[in-house]
Amino acid sequence: MITRQTETQIVAAEKVPTIEIIREFDAPREQVFRAHIDPELYAQWVGPRSLTTRITRWDARTGGAWAFANDRDGEEIAAFFGSFHEVRPHERIVWTFTYLGEPDGVALETVTFEALQDGRTRLRVLSVVKDFETRDGMLASGMETGITEGYEKLDELLAKDA
Amino acid sequence: MDENIEQLNRVFAALADPTRRDLVARLAAADATVGELAEPYAMSLQAISKHVKVLEEAGLVTRSKVAQRRPVHLDAEVLHLMTKWIERYRRTAEERYRRLDALLDHMTDDHRHTREDAS
Repeated sequence: MITRQTETQIVAAEKVPTIEIIREFDAPREQVFRAHIDPELYAQWVGPRSLTTRITRWDARTGGAWAFANDRDGEEIAAFFGSFHEVRPHERIVWTFTYLGEPDGVALETVTFEALQDGRTRLRVLSVVKDFETRDGMLASGMETGITEGYEKLDELLAKDA
Repeated sequence: MDENIEQLNRVFAALADPTRRDLVARLAAADATVGELAEPYAMSLQAISKHVKVLEEAGLVTRSKVAQRRPVHLDAEVLHLMTKWIERYRRTAEERYRRLDALLDHMTDDHRHTREDAS
């Protein structure tokens, strides 16, 4: 019995400071992988719609590096950088992630692309940080964007009814 | 709203400690006195008492003022707040992946790669 899981699942482990995100896509893994390493495609979906993602450095190869900034109304509000530790085509990306606002913080992220039946893909993103406080801070940081997105969704719903 | 954030930060900080997480897990089963809580640990009563105080300040537990045993009681409301917090994080991720869904839907044929053996 295969159940089709479409909604994002979050696993915050109890004994280690990790967050795992699991999500399935109705697209082959080559395509989902490409949407992660092609900078133009990545910039289109990674940030909330209220922000522009401006990629300033992008070398999606094993040993490469990346950096991008988020702009709102042309003004930079956040910036991030990291290294591509490993890029294994269509299967796996291991990269580090640092928010410039917290230069001492770094997450090690392992992204795996699992081919499912019917040309679907299961994406797993496992983030490891140094302690629980950092992990929980990450969980708490979705706040502003979450609310913004929520309003956008509401706007869309209201527009539909109009 | 801001009060909520402050309280959650206190909750997160309180739960950043493994002993305190263990205490919360045990209190989820039943109320217990500080003495009872201290039993399984190789720690002084004072040390456990301090941990309970941190949990109290975070609003995770309350101690009855009346009963002489002053049992420690877990406030499930606050834990529920944390669950909501994780749910918000989940929703943010879900929104992001819905944007990716839409992008994958729109990927043109020249973006569609046929399966190649990565060499």
